[in-house]
Amino acid sequence: MALASQDIERLTAIVGSLNVLTKKEDLIPYAFDGTAAMLQMPGCVVFAENADHIAAILKFAQERDLAIVTRGSGTGLSGGSLPTKDCVVLCTVKMDRILEIDRANLTMLVEPGVTTLAIADAASAASLFYPPDPGSMKISTIGGNVAENSGGLRGLKYGVTRNYVMGLEVVLANGDIMWLGNKCVKDVAGYSLKDIFVGSEGTLGVITKVLLRLIPKPRAKRTMVATFSQMDHAAEAVSAIIAAQIIPCTLEFLDRTTIHCVEDYAKIGLPLDCEALLLMETDGHPAVVAEEAGQMEAICRAQHAMEVRVAQTDADAAKLASARRSAFSALARVAPTTILEDATVPRSELAKMIRFVEQIAKKYSLRIGTFGHMGDGNLHPTFLTDERNHDEMHRVETAFKEIFAEAIRLGGTITGEHGIGMAKKSFLPSFAGEAQMRVLRELRKVLDPRGVLNPGKMFDV
Amino acid sequence: MTTTKTKPESGSHLKNLDYSVLQQCMHCGLCLPTCPTYDATKIERNSPRGRISLMRAIADGRLEATPTFADEMYFCLGCLACMTACPAGVNYAELFEHARAEAEQSGVLNSPKRTLIRQFTLRWLFMDLRRLRLIGYGMRLYQRIGLQALIRKSGILKLFPKRLQELESMTPTIQPKFSAELIDAITPAAGQKKYRVAMLTGCAQDLIFSDVNLDTVEVLARNGCEVVTPRLQHCCGSLHAHNGEWAMAQGLARKQLDQFPPDAYDAIITNAAGCGSHLKHYEKLLHDDPAYVERARAWDHKVKDIHEWLAEIGVKPPTGRSLPAQNVTYHEACHLCHGQKITSQPRAILNAIPNLNLTELPESMWCCGSAGIYNIIQPEMANELLDRKLKHIKSTQVPIVATGNPGCLLQIVNGAKKEGLPLRVVHPITLLAEAYRASK
Repeated sequence: MALASQDIERLTAIVGSLNVLTKKEDLIPYAFDGTAAMLQMPGCVVFAENADHIAAILKFAQERDLAIVTRGSGTGLSGGSLPTKDCVVLCTVKMDRILEIDRANLTMLVEPGVTTLAIADAASAASLFYPPDPGSMKISTIGGNVAENSGGLRGLKYGVTRNYVMGLEVVLANGDIMWLGNKCVKDVAGYSLKDIFVGSEGTLGVITKVLLRLIPKPRAKRTMVATFSQMDHAAEAVSAIIAAQIIPCTLEFLDRTTIHCVEDYAKIGLPLDCEALLLMETDGHPAVVAEEAGQMEAICRAQHAMEVRVAQTDADAAKLASARRSAFSALARVAPTTILEDATVPRSELAKMIRFVEQIAKKYSLRIGTFGHMGDGNLHPTFLTDERNHDEMHRVETAFKEIFAEAIRLGGTITGEHGIGMAKKSFLPSFAGEAQMRVLRELRKVLDPRGVLNPGKMFDV
Repeated sequence: MTTTKTKPESGSHLKNLDYSVLQQCMHCGLCLPTCPTYDATKIERNSPRGRISLMRAIADGRLEATPTFADEMYFCLGCLACMTACPAGVNYAELFEHARAEAEQSGVLNSPKRTLIRQFTLRWLFMDLRRLRLIGYGMRLYQRIGLQALIRKSGILKLFPKRLQELESMTPTIQPKFSAELIDAITPAAGQKKYRVAMLTGCAQDLIFSDVNLDTVEVLARNGCEVVTPRLQHCCGSLHAHNGEWAMAQGLARKQLDQFPPDAYDAIITNAAGCGSHLKHYEKLLHDDPAYVERARAWDHKVKDIHEWLAEIGVKPPTGRSLPAQNVTYHEACHLCHGQKITSQPRAILNAIPNLNLTELPESMWCCGSAGIYNIIQPEMANELLDRKLKHIKSTQVPIVATGNPGCLLQIVNGAKKEGLPLRVVHPITLLAEAYRASK
């Protein structure tokens, strides 16, 4: 059912006419997010400027049974902010104020539309550190990061978004505004409801404020690149580094295809004559950094690294990290459609998983580029395909099924950091099992009895 | 089949386009923070990703070329900052030109006034430099005999609509002499001749900045180049391609190729970023013209922005007597830094000038709002960007801004004038030429 004109009028009355988009030409650019090959036209787009706007919109949605799809910058990779047909896209990018940096408690209070980069920069300007750095951090919003529980390159040592959320302001489906958490390091009053909203993908409520935990900025860091003639060697080097009880802040891996694409874009002189590349960064106290860097270099050499290079300046190091963050988009250089996956396994199973992905690509005659966060077992095998080639797309789907099955068999998960959304929806029930699915469904029904919040995402109620 | 010289005027530009160019965009959103229009509105339609989605919708048949679509394509500055940001390598410049051509073909924006203006400028004025010069002579006269000053003083302009007053105040000062009156057809190299180059004098550049052309020729000569500067040149077609007049752009490109056979020169030099960014893509423009495509390919390799060329051959630093100390900041023309990826070379040239202290400009790569004729057709957005640029320039507290594009030069000059800011806005090559002259 398309949105009725009186519904648009009511929404306009809430947020003002400048904050409502209804023209076809305005809606087409909101018919997708960062996920490949998914398209659905919304009924309208509404920009909220504050929590009261959102509360009024949700109350009205209840009354009229309108579907609400909350969206930040639309960079998600599981179709979480993909519109449902004729829905109201509730966009939070205009709520983009940093409200407070509390140096005494090491916290930052922000609105949901602030970009991850703006948060990192503001923390850095206060000599503090906000570690989560998803690939899209230049434009991804913190609201989206919390809703998807985004990871990034530093997950291994610093964890993911969840580990930095101390409090949330959430608008519930019935329009109630609720505060969860506070600035206390310790707080065991009641269930930890805030943690249910982290990673809830817009299905339980709308996040309107985030209280973030900051940490002291590491005093030193060192970034290195090691190249290998075989993928196995790189995987073994990673296992050896972890086994030596070194936890670098970054331990990233790129295969040959990905290296070539990234270099083609970033032109920073990545070595092109190798099968695998490890990007490693250690940070912390200068003495520890020096020692760990030395150890990692020695381990890589012992595992047959062709070359180990140390970034000479901070600018060089930043270039390497930013080049790695562009890996997924850069892979789009070689194929019309790039479908990125997010299978994650325990670190001990990494080499096995990488070999399996290679076999699968061969089995189904598919081109693949693999990169990922090797240190935390979060791989991103990316199929290089063309969505108009239906036969090949079918093989891609089959290949994914096998990859997920293998990830689960190895004790892993179907998504490490991108979320379920639409992309993994069909895989969740078998992964989670019946009991968990029942709890998920009942929980969702309690918080959103009429099913207006991101309906059809993650799982069906 | 393949002998058709130009794309047929019928049929859709976007539908005829290789679909994979559109598919190249995987809508990751990394272009958003670098897009000045998205930054201003936070609305996806005003972003590169949003615009590409509209183009794709047209190619798919999900959308017709509507007035809103066409307006959006003209709201885009064409600054190409998105191309620098895009890891996927989307050729936005190509998409954008086809989208504007689509808009023009559909005629959805047609109005008697708009058609008249386009007929006069694109189809008549900029198709022949002689006509442009004629207008130039007229404007020069208007300014020289004091008529402009008189009119401005008299307050008579207040009777005209505000927009016309604004436009009048933006009219650039026409140079007392055009390039052909200043520059010999052949300028010998000073000292040993190492290269033979052709000098493109441009159209706006020729009228308003013929002095920069003279400086460029002088600098080239001092760096061992014999410079060939034909007196009558043609518009490079950049204005036409950027404004949806594909066939005219093709025609002008052929004229360039006829006048400057690429094999005859070591390099073909331009000092206007906006032209250079277009001039380097003749092969793509003439891809379906077998009579020209080979020559166009050779041409693309020979066209060099002056900064790029000097860096390539190793610029001769001015020696001997030097000018008093000057503090300079550098604004990057979009079509140099994004369109041609030329960022370090102009800085290297400025740094080669003795006694010149270069201060980095915050957001040096952010568009100043000039964007060809954008400041005329989209004054509101253009002024917003100009204010932002001026704010950063003021923050450097430097009295000289160097920039390598006539549009940016004019835009910043007008901005400074509006704010009463004592600012010298100058092409980097002029500063180099002055340093050479002082060192004599």
